[in-house]
Amino acid sequence: MASPATTSARSPSGARAFFARLASGDEIARLITLAFACGILLLTVALVWQLWVHSAAARHKFGLGFLTGTDWDPVSGQFGALPFIYGTVITSAVGLLIAVPLGVGAAIFLAELAQPRLSSAFTFFIELLAAVPSVIYGVFAIFTLVPLMRDYVEPFLKRTLGFLPIFSGYILGVGYLTAGVILSVMTLPFIISISREALLEVPVEQREAALALGATRWESTWHVVVPWARLGIFGSIFLALARALGETMAVTMVIGNDPTIHASLFAPGYAIAAILANEFTEATGDLYQGSLIALGLVLFLLTIVINALARLLIVATTRRGSAHP
Amino acid sequence: MTLRDRWRKIVNFVMLSLTGVCAVVAVSMLFLILGYLVYNGWKSLDWNFFTKLPLAPGETGGGMANAIVGSVDIVALATLFGLPVGFMAGVYLAEFGGKTFSGLVRYTADLLNGVPSIVIGIFAWTVVVRPMHGFSALAGAFALGLILIPITARSTEQFMVSVPQTLREGALALGASKWKSIATVVVPAAYRGIATGMILGVARIAGETAPLLFTSLNNQFWSNGLTQETASLPYMIFIRAISPYDDWRRSAWAAGMVLLVGVLLANIAARLILSRGIEVQK
Repeated sequence: MASPATTSARSPSGARAFFARLASGDEIARLITLAFACGILLLTVALVWQLWVHSAAARHKFGLGFLTGTDWDPVSGQFGALPFIYGTVITSAVGLLIAVPLGVGAAIFLAELAQPRLSSAFTFFIELLAAVPSVIYGVFAIFTLVPLMRDYVEPFLKRTLGFLPIFSGYILGVGYLTAGVILSVMTLPFIISISREALLEVPVEQREAALALGATRWESTWHVVVPWARLGIFGSIFLALARALGETMAVTMVIGNDPTIHASLFAPGYAIAAILANEFTEATGDLYQGSLIALGLVLFLLTIVINALARLLIVATTRRGSAHP
Repeated sequence: MTLRDRWRKIVNFVMLSLTGVCAVVAVSMLFLILGYLVYNGWKSLDWNFFTKLPLAPGETGGGMANAIVGSVDIVALATLFGLPVGFMAGVYLAEFGGKTFSGLVRYTADLLNGVPSIVIGIFAWTVVVRPMHGFSALAGAFALGLILIPITARSTEQFMVSVPQTLREGALALGASKWKSIATVVVPAAYRGIATGMILGVARIAGETAPLLFTSLNNQFWSNGLTQETASLPYMIFIRAISPYDDWRRSAWAAGMVLLVGVLLANIAARLILSRGIEVQK
C-alpha cells in the first residue's frame, strides 16, 4: 500500500536531483562523454557489420568451403582462402620461432641482470623500435634482408638442412622465410617490453629464497622467476602473434605474392593482409570484392581471438590490461 | 668443487651471457634500420624533395612535396576526428563510468586497437569510399582517426585515473561541481600524460600505410580538395620501394628517412614531456 506512495514521492525528488545536476553541468558533462564512449561501441559494431554485409556474395557462393578452397582465380570466379591463411600462419609461426627466444632472453637480461640505467636505456630503444612504421621495415627488408637471405642465409640452410622439405627448392630471396624474419624483428619489441614487465612483477623474495638455497643466478631465474611470470610471457607472445597475423606492409613487400601453397619456406607465397593490399583496389564485381572482404573478416576474427587470449593472460599477471606495452 | 658444480657455473655463465646477447641484438636492430636509412636516404635527399612534384622514372629533380602536404592534411584531419572522440571517451571511462558499461567500452577499445590496420582500411572503404564513389583524403583521415580513437581513450583514462583522489575531493569541497573539478583540476594535473599519449598516437598513425591503400590512394599531382585522391608519404614509400626503377627506389630511401626521423623525434619528444612531468611532481 505504501510502496506506490513512496515511489511517487521519490520520483519527483529523483527528477529534481537530475535537474539539479543538469543545472550544475554534471549531468550534461556525463551525457556528452557517455555519447563519445558509446561512439567507440557503435564504430566497432559498424565495423563488424560492414565486413559481414559486404562479404555476403562470397559467403553465399562458397560457404565454409571458402576457408578450404585452394584456387584463387579472379578470371573464372574461383576464390579460396587457404593459400592466404596458410601463408599468414606460416610466416607468423616463423616470426615467433625466432622472436620468442630472442625476446624472452632480452627481457630476462633487462629485468634480472642489467643495471637500472642500462635497463631503462635499452627499454627506451626497444620502445622506439616498436614505433618504427611498418612500411619502413618493408623498405629495410626489401633492400637488405632479401639479398642477405638470397645470397647467404638460404644457401647455407639448403646446404646444411636441405634434406628437410621446408629447406629445399628454388632460392629467390623473397618468400615465407624472409617474411617470417622481418616479422620476428617487428614483434620483438612487444615480447620484450611486456615480458620484462611481467618479470619485474615477480616478488624479490622468490629470487632470494632460490639463491639462499644455493641456486645459481641462472637457476633462480629459469626455475623460479620465469615460471612465476609465465602467464605474462605467454600473454606477450599472443599479443605479438596477433600483431604478426595482421601485419601488412612489410609482409606484402617480401612474401613474393604467389597464391599457391608451398612446403618449402624458400618459396614465394601470399598472406591475407598482402592480397588485400595488392588486389583490393583492382577488384571488380561483387564476388571478387566480397571474397577479399571475406578474407578481411577471417583476418579480423583470427586477430580478435588471439588478442582476447593475450589480454586475459596479461591481466592475470600484471593486473593492468592496457594494450600499450 | 665437484664436476656438477663446475657444470652449473658454466651453464650459469653461458646462459646469462646469451640473454645479454639477445638484448644487444634487439637494440642493434633499431640502430641498424636507422643507420641504414640515414646512410642511404641522405645521399638522395635534396631541397627538391620538399618542394617539387614527383616525376616519371628516369627524369631527375623530382620531389615529394605533394605527398608531404597530403600526409600532413590526412593526419591533421584524422587528429581532428580521433583525438576529441578518444579524449572524451577516456574522460568518461576515468570519471563517470560505472562498472559493467565502462568495462564493456574498455574491452571494446582494446579490441578495436587490436584490429589489423588493413581491416580498418576495408571498413573505411565500405562506409566512405563506396558511398562517395571515389577515393579521398577524407576516407584516409577517417581510417587513421579510427585507429587513433582507442589509443587516445585508453591513455587518457590511464593518466586521469592516476591523479590522486584527494585533488578531486579538494575541488569538490570548495564547492566546485564535478565537471568543473574535472576541467580545472584533474585534466590539468594529468595533462602531461594525456599529451604524451596523444603525441604517441599521432606518431603511430602518421606512419600507417595499410589503411591508406584503398582510402586516399595516391596522386602524382597536387590534390585539389579533400574529396580527391591524395598522395601520402607512406604510400609513396611503398610504391617506390617495390618499383623496378633505381631512381625511384633511391627516393624511397629518402622518404623513408624523413618519415622515420619524424616519427622517432615525436616519440622522443613525447617521452621527454612525460619524464619532465614526473620530475616536477617529485
